Amino acid sequence: MKTPAKAVTGKAVPTPAEVAPSETSAAGATLPGTTPAEAVIAPGKGEKAGKASKGRRSRAVRAFARRLAAGIAVLYGAATLAFIALQLIPGDPVATLLGPATTASEEVRERIRAEFGFDRPVLLQYVGYLGRVVTGDLGSSYQLQRPVWQLIGDQLGATVQLAVAATVLAVLIALVSAVTTAGRRRGVRAVATAWELVAVSLPSYWLGILLLTAFSFQLQIFPVVGAQDLAALVLPALTLALPIAGVLAQVLREGLEAALAQPFAITARARGLSQTAVRLRHALRHAAVQLATLTGWLVGTLLGGAVLVETVFGRSGIGALTLQAVGNKDMPVVMGVVLLSAFVFVLISTAVDLLYAVIDPRLRAG
Amino acid sequence: MSVTPVLAGLPVRTSVRSRLALAARRRSPVVAWAVLVPILVAALAPEALTASSPITIDPVNALLPPGGEHWFGTDQLGRDLFTRVVHGARPSLLLGLGATCLAVAGGAVFGLVAALGGRAADQAVMRVADILLSLPQLLVALLVITVLGGGTANVVLAIAVAFAPGYARIVRAEALVVRRSGYVEAARGLGLRRSTLIARHILPNALGPLLVLATVGFGTALIAGSGLSFLGFGTQPPAPEWGAMLSEGRDFLQTAWWIGLFPGAAVTATVIAVNVIGRSAQSRFTRRTP
Repeated sequence: MKTPAKAVTGKAVPTPAEVAPSETSAAGATLPGTTPAEAVIAPGKGEKAGKASKGRRSRAVRAFARRLAAGIAVLYGAATLAFIALQLIPGDPVATLLGPATTASEEVRERIRAEFGFDRPVLLQYVGYLGRVVTGDLGSSYQLQRPVWQLIGDQLGATVQLAVAATVLAVLIALVSAVTTAGRRRGVRAVATAWELVAVSLPSYWLGILLLTAFSFQLQIFPVVGAQDLAALVLPALTLALPIAGVLAQVLREGLEAALAQPFAITARARGLSQTAVRLRHALRHAAVQLATLTGWLVGTLLGGAVLVETVFGRSGIGALTLQAVGNKDMPVVMGVVLLSAFVFVLISTAVDLLYAVIDPRLRAG
Repeated sequence: MSVTPVLAGLPVRTSVRSRLALAARRRSPVVAWAVLVPILVAALAPEALTASSPITIDPVNALLPPGGEHWFGTDQLGRDLFTRVVHGARPSLLLGLGATCLAVAGGAVFGLVAALGGRAADQAVMRVADILLSLPQLLVALLVITVLGGGTANVVLAIAVAFAPGYARIVRAEALVVRRSGYVEAARGLGLRRSTLIARHILPNALGPLLVLATVGFGTALIAGSGLSFLGFGTQPPAPEWGAMLSEGRDFLQTAWWIGLFPGAAVTATVIAVNVIGRSAQSRFTRRTP
């Protein structure tokens, strides 16, 4: 694995589109079970800085424009994917949109037909659909009799709460585990490797059931199901966080070990810094670049994990909404969630880009 | 790779310490196989491990805790949980295996098309892969299920669609490297036809790393498959599938913890074993090809 010190020499801030393939290029990132060390390809492919630079501002503007274009490309792709999925459903599309258990009048059917233009050529339907998406009209769930963006908006808070709590927990667990075990005796490292392996291999739904059984049913520390207050957030967040923490800890530990082997770590030790101070002040910053990349990618997958975790704990949220929509073939809602997920992906990639500059001062100096 | 057999026969001097480290590395796959073999036996011949039927209902003996007669206890309908976990191995493993095979095959085809089919094909395939990879895999699978409906075959296909882009990307990268290698150039110089070149030289060499990764990918596919069954889309009850069993037993967790414990433990044990074996194969592979 490349050491972060070498990997981030480039000044080009990676656009979301660049970040995306580089994070997922090895199967490791797409398949959580693999060793993430192989999965992480450090950001910033390394545009040679120097004479070509025309000042900081124009580069910032160009970087922003590139990021924006890449973000729009992802959203456009997701919208197109959703449209193709709608076209692929066998049978009458109007019946699909209405769902199986409908008593819609011919009048409603006529309105849907006109709205989506099912009598027109597919290409025109596509353009019309894209136009509606651009104006923020995601259509209506005829099952739930409400606009899709309203349904998503209602559930977003609960899931964001869960996702943020899970991310914070996962990063904390990974930090503690990696900082305390990196480069230690073989026995300590073996324990770390073992828990990381178990964590990445745990199916989240089973972990949820175990935690629920132990802490809610047997010990009765946390409320069982349904409640939405802080105490009810602990177990779902932990369920969502642990498998992610396993992946993060693994990468962070390997990054820390690589950084601790660098000359600067020895220099810092020679200056009289304690082992812990070297870890926290110097090595951690180097390892954190990879942590940011991977956390960004994993946060995107939380939406998928939320489907399972919200089911296990009987929470409401985007995951529960999605599951219900998939079960009812409520296509407008599913399409809306796909778009939301793509939007989150763009948002997170951008945030991770900005985070690189915070972590690595060399990216700021430019 | 062609050099290795020559070197493999030579005696290599290693220090005691590195030999110990090697032994430690080799021990964990052995333990993993010790876990995996009984599970494979359960999948291939469940009757060899248990004589009772996984779907026979016995309401009198419902929700019995684990004990001498019922090792894993019984579920809400009095079915023996051990029998159901044993019989659950086949459908559960088949979900993961089918999805992985399909995803690898699809990934190989699309990856080769992208690498060797010219710029337009490359762009088309990789842009679609980018879109799919920007979404959570479970969401992609759920989108496919929305279109096709539930059921075992559709869940296999759905997971394959979610996983294939990752494999396609690896195959493409490998094929690009292999294509530029000396032996492919030599083969081309000998006047081999394009199809022969791909089938005999590019594909086998690009496939190696893919198969190693697919081992670990199988574990992930297994989790996804039983997860979708848990959500109610895959194998349907009363058929014993690990995820479906957890879903069925969910309402009885308060009184019967064993219903929630054993099917999930089976999934987890399988995945851990597969991951250990996959990783050791991976490290052996990377050591072999510098």
